Amino acid sequence: MGDLAIRVERMSKLYRLGQKTANSDTLAGTLFSLAAAPVRNLRALRSLTRFDPARESESVVWALKDVTFDVKKGEVLGIIGPNGAGKSTVLKVLSRITQPTQGRAVVYGRVGSLLEVGTGFHPELTGRENIYMNGTILGMSKREIDGKFDQIVDFSGVERFLDTPVKRYSSGMQVRLAFAVAAHLDPEILIIDEVLAVGDVEFQQKCLKRMEEVSKGEGTTVLFVSHNLGAIRNLCTRTIVLMKGQIVCDDTPERAIKLIMGGRSSGSNNNTKGEGWQLRGGDGRVRIVAARVLDKYNVERESLVSGEDAIFEFQYVNSGVDVFDFSMIIFDSTGVAATSFSTLFNGSKIEASKKGVVRCVVPRLPLNIGTYNVGVMVFDRSTIYDHIPQNALSFNIPISVFYPTGQTPSFGKGLTLTDCIWDADSLS
Amino acid sequence: MRQTQVIIEPRRGLKWVDWKELAEYRDLFFFMVWRNIRTRYAQSALGIGWALIQPLFSMIVFTVIFGRLAKVDSNGVPYAIFSYTALVPWTYFANALTESTSSLVANANMLKKIYFPRVLLPLASLVARAVDFAIALIFLVVLMLWYRLYPTWNVLVIPLLVLILVLAASGLGLALTAMAIQYRDVAYAMNFVVQLLMYAAPVVYPTTLIPEPYRIWYALNPMVGVIEGFRSALLGTIPMPWHWIALGGLSSVAMVACGLLYFRSRERFFADVA
Ligand SMILES: Nc1ncnc2c1ncn2[C@@H]1O[C@H](COP(=O)(O)OP(=O)(O)OP(=O)(O)O)[C@@H](O)[C@H]1O
Ligand SMILES: [Mg+2]
Repeated sequence: MGDLAIRVERMSKLYRLGQKTANSDTLAGTLFSLAAAPVRNLRALRSLTRFDPARESESVVWALKDVTFDVKKGEVLGIIGPNGAGKSTVLKVLSRITQPTQGRAVVYGRVGSLLEVGTGFHPELTGRENIYMNGTILGMSKREIDGKFDQIVDFSGVERFLDTPVKRYSSGMQVRLAFAVAAHLDPEILIIDEVLAVGDVEFQQKCLKRMEEVSKGEGTTVLFVSHNLGAIRNLCTRTIVLMKGQIVCDDTPERAIKLIMGGRSSGSNNNTKGEGWQLRGGDGRVRIVAARVLDKYNVERESLVSGEDAIFEFQYVNSGVDVFDFSMIIFDSTGVAATSFSTLFNGSKIEASKKGVVRCVVPRLPLNIGTYNVGVMVFDRSTIYDHIPQNALSFNIPISVFYPTGQTPSFGKGLTLTDCIWDADSLS
Repeated sequence: MRQTQVIIEPRRGLKWVDWKELAEYRDLFFFMVWRNIRTRYAQSALGIGWALIQPLFSMIVFTVIFGRLAKVDSNGVPYAIFSYTALVPWTYFANALTESTSSLVANANMLKKIYFPRVLLPLASLVARAVDFAIALIFLVVLMLWYRLYPTWNVLVIPLLVLILVLAASGLGLALTAMAIQYRDVAYAMNFVVQLLMYAAPVVYPTTLIPEPYRIWYALNPMVGVIEGFRSALLGTIPMPWHWIALGGLSSVAMVACGLLYFRSRERFFADVA
């Protein structure tokens, strides 16, 4: 074992999907299928735990397929990937919540897993009681909690409500209390899933800070799943990209993030086969078929100049839609939305033709230097016609003329640029 | 969670209890029991008083219907205490069974988010119900004083009877809760099945009402030995029915063994199907 914390060897996990039942459109057929429902239901329920991977392929899904990786002691491993990629499943198998279907993993050391904050919280119990309940569920002993009790209470900042049932807490207070308990867990291997998704910004900062302390200061091995690519880049020493249950990249956070963002830096942007396009949604009545960015001279570009006019152009085909709204979100290389544009904001719907282009002209492009990609959505009220969440197209901004000096905020100090006027007076 | 090396791989087949692991999780078990007790009667005015009301009101209704109207034989003691003595273990059995059966479903979220020995959940329900049992038992003593019925040395058998009672409830509870997490039908059926089951035990009538040749089969129900044992020890209705107790004891041990093995073999699916 030596300096190994986790070894995962060809691990696979099979899950059953819901099966579509044929709907009959005759009365007799409906009655018959109603009568047969119990038998069908029983079969469906039984099949949840019976698999024959050789025979069936449609109604099952490999949430993980032959996943192999090692984690060294003290490493902070990020796991990223689109929804349903199997990230939570990896963590569940490693925390022994569910069994793998095939393969094997060995975990060296005391594991603390946080797939949720506040597991075991009961609304009728008081804050004090819930600290003990939640703490023991996370694997602390009563003695350990006794010893850390004051620290936990301090951290949570809810002393005054300690003997009030948590159902009388605000939801934020519940989260703080729960996190306070979790933050005082000191395992050798910490497994965290997306817990940052809850809570306000302050809380998220606190979580991240605590994670940094735990990993850097105390040398804890951390497995960390998040959609917050910024956090992944800041905290992780290594990052795995999972897609459809398989590892597609095991590298530095930068490279992994680039892959996820589909950083297509070379070749034409006018490319409908990009990775981002595969995640597309919508009912398909409108389909975007090409996307590109143009500079102020109407020339197609991959690089734009910040502070000069830019044009985003999308070609679409349409079957049966009269008008639609169009939105685009610009993400930076870490997946943070820099800004959005939408016809909804301007109050100008787009009259659809059978085939057409939508152009969004942005005067004096107010973006900082960096690499960006665009997600687009074509929709009308509650119906989404087409949706390419990320990477509909990408571009980079190497220089800026937004401010006369050519200066822009340094990295990490802002994504968008805004005009401002400075003024000073002397006070006598 | 405290082991230094854990191997994770698909496991099938039979597993028995991992005592060492259970011992490590004793604090969690304690708090689970505690949570069960604390939250059961939360925000209720009568609180723990409810533990008494259920057997007490059943006793009153049974005394009127079966004792007065139907004139069911009560082995020579007043019908009220005759039925209450049976209701004390029966109520525990019924509640412990219902609660342990629903324990996994009720805590499905916990199952999906964290690892702990799964048997702790149904076992905590069984232990938590002991509080109600104790309270009902205390009231039984009050009733005995009221009726001037004094126990014999046979009371020493009561711990054994309680053991059989708990074993029977855990055996069934473990098996049923493991089923209920996958088939919610079990939960729906539980409510009335437990009510019907009461008539399969000598709660409202004495075992002597069962024709002699069938009694041996009847006594395979562990509750027969338990209830008649309680009556014999506390009320002196019939001589201590050792053979029924022995039969019931055997079948309760068999129930626990099967229940546990079934539970442990289904355990690996709980988080997936919950
Ligand atoms: N209990 C379950 N039963 C059936 N299928 C499941 C179950 N749990 C997960 N899955 C399936 O396994 C796949 C992977 O799920 P998982 O929760 O690991 O995704 P994820 O990468 O964590 O996604 P997200 O980013 O949305 O959290 C999905 O297709 C999901 O539908
Ligand atoms: Mg997930």
